[in-house]
Amino acid sequence: MELIRKYPKLFQWLFLLIVFFALCFAIDVPETYKFIRGQAEFIKDPNQSSYVLFGKEVRYYAFDVFWRLPPLLGWLPIWINDSLFFLMNEWMPMEFWNEDTQEFKTRPLVLQITRNVTSFMTFLIELIREILLGGLNTIVAFSSWDWIDANPWAELPGLPWTIVAAGATILAYKLSGKGLALFAALVMIYISIFGQWKPSMQTLSFILVAAPLSFIFGLGLGVAAFKSKRVEKTLYPILLVMQTMPQYAVLVPAIVLFGVGDHAAVIITMVVAVPPMILLTLLGLRGISPEVIEAGKMSGCSNWQLMSKVLIPTARRDILIGVNQVIMVCFSMAVISAFIGAKGLGFNLLLALNQLNIGLALEAGLCISLIAILLDKMSLAWANKQIDYFGNLTFFQRHKNTFFFGIAVILGILFAYFGSFYFKEGYNYLFEIPHNKGISTADFWNKGVDWIFDTFFVYIKAFNTWLIVDVLQPMRALYLRMPAVATLVLVVGAGYIIGGIRSALVVCGLTLFIALSPWWDRALVTTYMATFGVIISCIIGFTVGTLCFQNKNSASFMLGVCDIFQTFPSFVYLIPVMMLFGITDTSVLIAVIVYATIPATRYTIEGLRSVPTALHDAATMSGVTKFQRLFKIEFPLAFPHMMLGLNQTIVFALFMVIIGAFIGTEDLGQYILKALSDKKGAGIGLTLGICVAFIGLIFDNLIRTWVDQRKKHLGIN
Amino acid sequence: MSDPIIKCEGVYKIFGENAKKMLEEANGNVDAKTFQENGCIVGVNNASFEVLKGEMLVVMGLSGSGKSTLLRCISRLTEATGGKIFIEGQNLLQLNNKELIDLRRNKMGMVFQSFALLPHKTVLENIAFPLQIKGIKTEDSISKAMEMVKLVGLDGRENYFPRELSGGQQQRVGIARSLAVEPDIWFLDEPFSALDPLIRKEMQDEFLRLQEKLQKTIMFITHDFDEALKLADRIAIMKDGVIEQLDTPANIVLNPATEYVRKFTEEVPREKVLIIEDVMEASAKDNLSDLKVSKNEIIENVAEKILTQEKTVAVVDENNEIIGSINPSKIINTVFGGRKNNS
Ligand SMILES: Nc1ncnc2c1ncn2[C@@H]1O[C@H](COP(=O)(O)OP(=O)(O)OP(=O)(O)O)[C@@H](O)[C@H]1O
Ligand SMILES: [Mg+2]
Repeated sequence: MELIRKYPKLFQWLFLLIVFFALCFAIDVPETYKFIRGQAEFIKDPNQSSYVLFGKEVRYYAFDVFWRLPPLLGWLPIWINDSLFFLMNEWMPMEFWNEDTQEFKTRPLVLQITRNVTSFMTFLIELIREILLGGLNTIVAFSSWDWIDANPWAELPGLPWTIVAAGATILAYKLSGKGLALFAALVMIYISIFGQWKPSMQTLSFILVAAPLSFIFGLGLGVAAFKSKRVEKTLYPILLVMQTMPQYAVLVPAIVLFGVGDHAAVIITMVVAVPPMILLTLLGLRGISPEVIEAGKMSGCSNWQLMSKVLIPTARRDILIGVNQVIMVCFSMAVISAFIGAKGLGFNLLLALNQLNIGLALEAGLCISLIAILLDKMSLAWANKQIDYFGNLTFFQRHKNTFFFGIAVILGILFAYFGSFYFKEGYNYLFEIPHNKGISTADFWNKGVDWIFDTFFVYIKAFNTWLIVDVLQPMRALYLRMPAVATLVLVVGAGYIIGGIRSALVVCGLTLFIALSPWWDRALVTTYMATFGVIISCIIGFTVGTLCFQNKNSASFMLGVCDIFQTFPSFVYLIPVMMLFGITDTSVLIAVIVYATIPATRYTIEGLRSVPTALHDAATMSGVTKFQRLFKIEFPLAFPHMMLGLNQTIVFALFMVIIGAFIGTEDLGQYILKALSDKKGAGIGLTLGICVAFIGLIFDNLIRTWVDQRKKHLGIN
Repeated sequence: MSDPIIKCEGVYKIFGENAKKMLEEANGNVDAKTFQENGCIVGVNNASFEVLKGEMLVVMGLSGSGKSTLLRCISRLTEATGGKIFIEGQNLLQLNNKELIDLRRNKMGMVFQSFALLPHKTVLENIAFPLQIKGIKTEDSISKAMEMVKLVGLDGRENYFPRELSGGQQQRVGIARSLAVEPDIWFLDEPFSALDPLIRKEMQDEFLRLQEKLQKTIMFITHDFDEALKLADRIAIMKDGVIEQLDTPANIVLNPATEYVRKFTEEVPREKVLIIEDVMEASAKDNLSDLKVSKNEIIENVAEKILTQEKTVAVVDENNEIIGSINPSKIINTVFGGRKNNS
């Protein structure tokens, strides 16, 4: 009894576990139950039951309610599809003027809007792309094809690669100094020499459109949310879901609304990139001391002046960090949106992976990563740059970078011009190095992969088999063996113990959504893969983080490594693992582990670092050993922050598991991928995405609630 | 003196969701405790007072007693929950946004507890900011700002950013900024508390000199009684949002209205507050010494002179007529005597 009073939580947990296992044993696996593979759900089968709701027929395999809940939400994807179809094709038909045929035409409003947005996006992308690479389309947009035929000279010439490279270098110099300038120059030269110029510029043009648009929308919405509580309350749940929603899943509805191609990709990228921008704008604006705002008001600022002259400049740093986030998200989307036909490096990467040409994939992946690192460093430098006083500089000093760029443009044009005489055989290397003329290392890598395979095949295979047969399959079987009711009790119970009735209700709602969707089994598989990845990642991350923390230099070094790894678009991680393990679950899991270890390590180091030095010194003075200090002081204090790391680790792992579907897994991701190529996939894709997001949110809710309580308990703000 | 520049009538500020409703139900009888139980915090509780033209009102009170909140209500940085506020006869709470902006641009200046400078602007730009907001040409605003820079003694640093200045220097920028538009009404929220004692004294003297010249209507918050005595025409003492007493320094010390004020002023050196008139005996005796002191002198300033006398000293008014007398023992009593029985 006394024990119970002393550790009430412990006994609550024990009780919960007992109930959970009791339920697991009490509820038998129905004889008819089997894990449904492939498309079986969609085939009509006399064993299936069905029901009709809202006029939609939903077919499913019925089991004992305790074992698997019936998919009462099965109508949702169909309903989403029908609504989308209705919106696009029937809702609010109106007369619109058609430029081409010069007459009015009746079209549904939404269709017209999406068409207009589409053509606007296409125009923007083409414009930037043709400034970088040359082309006709922009001019056509302002005139007509006939006019172009009559005037064959009318074509945007495109910039020679030397000018773009010089521009990037000068910008890097201006933002950060010599080091970054050198890096920028090397990256640009590498891209050019290795013949990746064209796809790189395509990707860049995509980002140059998507990032500013996302920035503008994010800033605007962030400001709106700052000003009005109601806007914030409406946005908040969307932001929350978007943060845990796999990026794949948003692609599907986009196809329905905007078709395939770069423009759809830009729109989707905005959907994904705007939420972090909103959050950081809000964070920045919230961080302004109220007195600064009051000082602005007392100076007699109108609302607009207050926003543009006081609030936004003061929150500059956070807003620019938001820009950095936007750029990074754009990069990862640049790769993923290759699935819906965006051109550029991502497309090449996807193609190479599909053909199992690891060498080519590696080259494209390296290019993406290098550009990502460059842009990341540049935008961070911009954010951290403090404004300088220009008042007493001369005109030349103030404009010297513009001046140098001007010289670079002239030189670049001259070079390209002379180049056209010098390189007679048709390729002007000083203008652009075409893909097949660049240096390629693909063969080398492919041979390397072959060699690795030949040499280590036995070991890799043995490891693979062991992992799958002895670890993964039993674990998977265990997860699938859980009766739905038992899982529900476990999750809701955990919610209750951690956060009381409120948390329990939230978590219950989220879990029920998944349980009542037709994909509970798949969700279990996703969870099992993520759990496996998270466990290993945490072990590695916490160990490495703790070890690195012992020394200041190694800690900073490790954080730097984490930074760099985090800038790689998630897809890139699949390349090396496919190289080593081919197309198996092992590959996916290893990619998950590598990817999810980043936040685990980072948060461990940051958490340990955040322990106040005064405490650290006090402990040392009272004569504790290093070991005692670590376990008695640093770990308990750093633990809340480390748990936030766990939260991130889970989100990262889920993302990677879903992306891993590209290699072939049997979880929710596989269906999302399938939905991409399905005409009626929008509803399914969206619902699946929400399911994944909810898995993330369940853990997110539990961990955050716990961390908040813990922090309050420890007296950390 | 003339009409009040600032006039408050029963001003309430209550933080919390249904503050307005609770205030109505309370019917003028606001009790901080009951409000707190209902999730509301009382910031200002039934404040009524006037500040006259050219007068300096110093607001004092413990941390959290609602001083800043009162100031914010009068500058309408927060909306008062109840009551009326008049600025030069205009009903402040009924001004629309445009009128309010006009009022702030032309009539009010404020110095903040934590400086509140704009981090992305230089000293000069910070000071010129209110002028530029008003729409004054860049050149004019900069030259005016430069004047202000000289006034607060920051010349040579006008192109620094706030992050490059010490706390005291930042506060001087804040003061310069609030003065740039030449406001008639000046709010200062603990302007000198971040400064070291030496600079603080310098700034106080500078402040008095400025006030002599500019004759602004001022509300000044401070924690430092010495500072209050040095500057104030009248002092308001607040506790839990209530103005416990608002009076001249001498009256507050001599006739504390409540037990709280008495405690609050207990440690205040009498000789710094009281003038001769407060302690003299009205009956002029014979056998006076040759020394005559004016009835308006602060005791501290003449104590030494009086104490060198053996006989009772005559007290005179402005016309040099004897109106009373004071015995040196009375001075000793006032300065060293048991303060508790004294009040
Ligand atoms: N925005 C707010 N929301 C809720 N309560 C507030 C808010 N601002 C102030 N308060 C409360 O109002 C009371 C008075 O605060 P105020 O800032 O006016 O105190 P103060 O007298 O200026 O103190 P200090 O000397 O520390 O500056 C405090 O109890 C404070 O908690
Ligand atoms: Mg205050």
